Amino acid sequence: MSLLPILILIGITLAIGVLARGRWRLWSLLITSLIAIYWLQPGLPVRHMDFWLPTTSIALVVIVWVVTALKENLAIRTNLITGLVIALVISVLGLTRYLGEFCCLTPTRPPDILQILIVVAAIFLLSILILRFSNTRNIWLYAIFFLILSILIILKLEPLTKLASAGLRLISGQSVQLATGVDIRWIGFSYLAFRLLHTLIDRLGGRLPSLTLQEFMIYAIFYPSLSAGPIDRIQRFIKDLHQVYQPTLQSILLGSKRILIGIFSKFVLADGLALIALNPANAEQVHSTGWLWLMLYAFAFRIFFDFSGYTDIAIGMGNLVGIHLPENFEKPYRKQNLTLFWNSWHMTLAAWFRSYFFNPLTRKLRSSPRNIPMPLIIFIGQLTTFTLIGLWHGITWNFAIWGVWHGIGLFIHNRWSEFSRSRSFNIDNKPRLKQWFGYSSAFLTFNYVSLGWVWFALSTPAQSWNVFQKLFGLTG
Amino acid sequence: MDQGKTTGRYSLVRIAVKGVILFLAISILFAFFDPLPGLGKISTYNVLFPGRVRLPYGENPDQAYNFSLYNLEAMFASHALSGTEKSPDEFRVLLVGDSSAWGYLLEPQNTLAGYLNSANLQMKDGRTVQAYNLGYPTMSLAKDLMLLSQAIRYQPDLIIWLATLESFPIVKQLDSPIVQNNPSVVRELIKQFSLNLDPDDSRFVGKDFLNSTLPGQRRALADYFRLQLYGMMWAATGIDQYYPSTFDPPQRDLEADESFHELLPPQLNPGDLSFDILAAGKSLAGDVPIIFVNEPIYISDGENSDIRYNFFYPRWAYDQYRQLFSEFCQQNELHCLDEWNLVSADEFTNSAIHMTPVGTRQLAEKLEDTLRSLDTP
Repeated sequence: MSLLPILILIGITLAIGVLARGRWRLWSLLITSLIAIYWLQPGLPVRHMDFWLPTTSIALVVIVWVVTALKENLAIRTNLITGLVIALVISVLGLTRYLGEFCCLTPTRPPDILQILIVVAAIFLLSILILRFSNTRNIWLYAIFFLILSILIILKLEPLTKLASAGLRLISGQSVQLATGVDIRWIGFSYLAFRLLHTLIDRLGGRLPSLTLQEFMIYAIFYPSLSAGPIDRIQRFIKDLHQVYQPTLQSILLGSKRILIGIFSKFVLADGLALIALNPANAEQVHSTGWLWLMLYAFAFRIFFDFSGYTDIAIGMGNLVGIHLPENFEKPYRKQNLTLFWNSWHMTLAAWFRSYFFNPLTRKLRSSPRNIPMPLIIFIGQLTTFTLIGLWHGITWNFAIWGVWHGIGLFIHNRWSEFSRSRSFNIDNKPRLKQWFGYSSAFLTFNYVSLGWVWFALSTPAQSWNVFQKLFGLTG
Repeated sequence: MDQGKTTGRYSLVRIAVKGVILFLAISILFAFFDPLPGLGKISTYNVLFPGRVRLPYGENPDQAYNFSLYNLEAMFASHALSGTEKSPDEFRVLLVGDSSAWGYLLEPQNTLAGYLNSANLQMKDGRTVQAYNLGYPTMSLAKDLMLLSQAIRYQPDLIIWLATLESFPIVKQLDSPIVQNNPSVVRELIKQFSLNLDPDDSRFVGKDFLNSTLPGQRRALADYFRLQLYGMMWAATGIDQYYPSTFDPPQRDLEADESFHELLPPQLNPGDLSFDILAAGKSLAGDVPIIFVNEPIYISDGENSDIRYNFFYPRWAYDQYRQLFSEFCQQNELHCLDEWNLVSADEFTNSAIHMTPVGTRQLAEKLEDTLRSLDTP
C-alpha cells in the first residue's frame, strides 16, 4: 500500500473519531471499510476481477455471519438495514462505472451494474435460504470452513492460482495462455480468512458472542487492519466497538504518534533497507561473505520495520476511532530465546495457530492411548505448527523449510530449557555473568532468526543453500 | 466535563497550529538555504564504501544499484576521483564524454578508463597514468562542459574529451536532463564563455519557491539518501549498471533519409554546431592539455548505407562534420584524434556508438599510444 491512500484513510479515520458518535460511528466504520476494501484492492489483469474479489470477501463475511449468528440475533431489523446498506454501497461503487474518467474508488472500471445487482441479489437470496431452510447449520459451518481454506490454498499455491486465473480468464473471454500465478492478488484475504475461520471455530466451540451483521462486518473487514493485520479476536474487538468512544486529546495524540512511527518505519526505514536487503537477484551477485551478512541483517530489519510499521499505522488508526487493536510486535530481536521471539513476532498469527492448531493437536496427542512421550508430542506440535505458519505465507518449499527451521529451533530450545532447569544452572547471583549470558542469548537468537530469513527471502532451496554456504565461507 | 473538553480541543488546535508553523518554518529555511549541494558533499562513498568508478546513472535501480540524479556534488562525491589523494607519481587523466565513454553495457574494467588503468602506462617523466571515467550517458557538449567544470578541481594532468557529431547540434545542448536540472551551473558557463545558448531557455527546470521547499525537494532529498544506500550494493557486488541478456544490434538497414536534425544537404553550417563549447572546454582547462577525440562510429553496409553511415548520421553531414572538426582543431591548435572508422561494425553493441569490450580495447590502445608519445611538463 502506498503512502497516499494511507494518508487519506488517516484523515477519514480522524474525522470519524472526532465527529461520528454512537451508532453513526458504527455506520461510518462499516461504510468506510466497505469502500476501502474496493479502493485498496490492486488492479488485476483478469477483467473485473478487482471488483469481484472484494465483493466475494463481503459475500463470505455475510455468509459466515449467517451461519454463525445466534438465533436470537437473526430477526433484528438492524441486520436487514445493514444488509441493505452493504448492497447499496456495492451498487453505488458499481455505478461509478458511468462516471468514466472520474471513477476513482475501484482500481479499474466496475462491471455492468446489472451483473452487480444480480450478484448482490444472489448473496441476499443465499443468506435467506440458509436462514430459513437450514436447521442443521453445522453442515454449513463445515462447508464454509473448507471453502475458505480451499480459497486460501488456491491463492497460496502458484500452480493452482494460475489454474484459477486461467478459469477466470476463460469465463471473461480473455486469453487463457496469458494466465500467471500472480494474476489473483486478493486484498487482505489471508487475514480475512483467519478472522472468519476463527469465528467459525469459536461458533462450533460455543465461544462466539452474539453479534449483529454490522458488528461482524466491521470486525472482518476493519480497514486499518485489512491488508496487514493484526488478526484480532472478535470477542475483544466487539468490546471496543460497544464501548462509547469519546476522543480525547491524549487518545488522538497517542494514535497520531503511533501512526507517525508506523509511517517512518515503513516508508523510511523499511523502504530504505529494501535497497540493500537480501533478495534472489543480489544473492547471486554479492562477492564477499561480509557483505552478504550485512545484506541478510538488512533483510531482517527490513521485514521487521515493514511489517511492524504497517501494524503501528493500523493500531494508531484504530486508536483514533476507539478500537484498540492487539500488538503484533514487541521488540522481537531483543529476545533471548526463540520461544520469546515467537511470543513477540507476529504475535496475533502465532496466537491464532497456538489456539486453533497447536493446543488442540497436543491435547489430542496427550490423550492418545498410545502413550506418546512428551518430547515427541512437543516436537510434532511445534514442527507442524510452524510448517503451517510457513505455508500461510505461500505454499513453497522455501516457506515450508522456514517453518521447519523455526519448529526445530523451538524444539531445541524447549529441550535445552528442560535440560538446564534439571541441572539448575543458577546464575541469578552472578549479575555480570547473567548479563553476558543475556546478551549472548539475544545475539544467538537474532542470528538464528536471521539465518532463517535466508529461506524466507529467496525463492528456491538450492539458492538458499548456496547462500548458506557463502555466509559461512564454504564457497566463493 | 465540558470545560475539560473545550481545553482538550483547544490544546489539540494549539498542537496542530504549532506543528504547521514548525513545518512551514523548516520548509522556508530549506528553500532559503538550499542545503542539497552542501549535503551532496557528505558521502558514504570513499568512507564506508569504495567510490564508484563512473558517475551515477541508470534507469533500472533495482538491478543496477545505480540511478540518475541531478545533485552534481553528490555525484562527484560518490566517485572514486573525489576520494583519491593525488600522489606525486600519478598522472591524472580525466575522460569526459557520452555513454560510449561511460561504458554503456560494459563492465567497469572494460571501459576506456578501465583499459587505460589496466595498461599501467608510464609517462615519459615516470608518472603512472591513472584514468578516471567521467563520461555520462546523454549526448550534449554542454553536459560534458558542465561536468568538466565540476571535475577541474581534481587537479587533472590531462583531459580526454570524447565526442561524436550527435553531441554537437546547438538544438541538442540543453536536451540532457542533467543539464536542465542544473540551470545555475550551465547559465554561469554560458555567461563565462559567451556560449551560443539561451540562458533563459524554457527547457531549464526552474525552481520556484514551492519547488525549493522541503516538500518540493523531497525527490531530490530521497535520491541523495538512495545514492548513499546503494553504496553498499556497489561495494558488495561491483555492479553499477543493468546488463540485459539480449539487446538489439545497431540498425543495419537504414532509411533513405538525408536529414540530420532538420538540417538538409548540401551544406552543414558550422553555426549549427557547438564548436564554441569545445573552445570553452579548452579555456576552462587552462594549462591542462586536452585531447579531443572523434569517437568511432558504426558504419553500416546494409540497405541505404550509401546515403547514411548509420541510424544517427547521413554521410554528407558526417563527412562535413569531420572536415569542420579537423579545421577547428587546426585553427585552435588543439590536439585532436579522429578515430571515426577505427572499430569494425561487428564490435558495436546496441547503438552506433556503443562498443564491445574488443572495440573499446582498440580505442584504448590508440589512446595509450597517444599518451606514450606525449611530452609532459
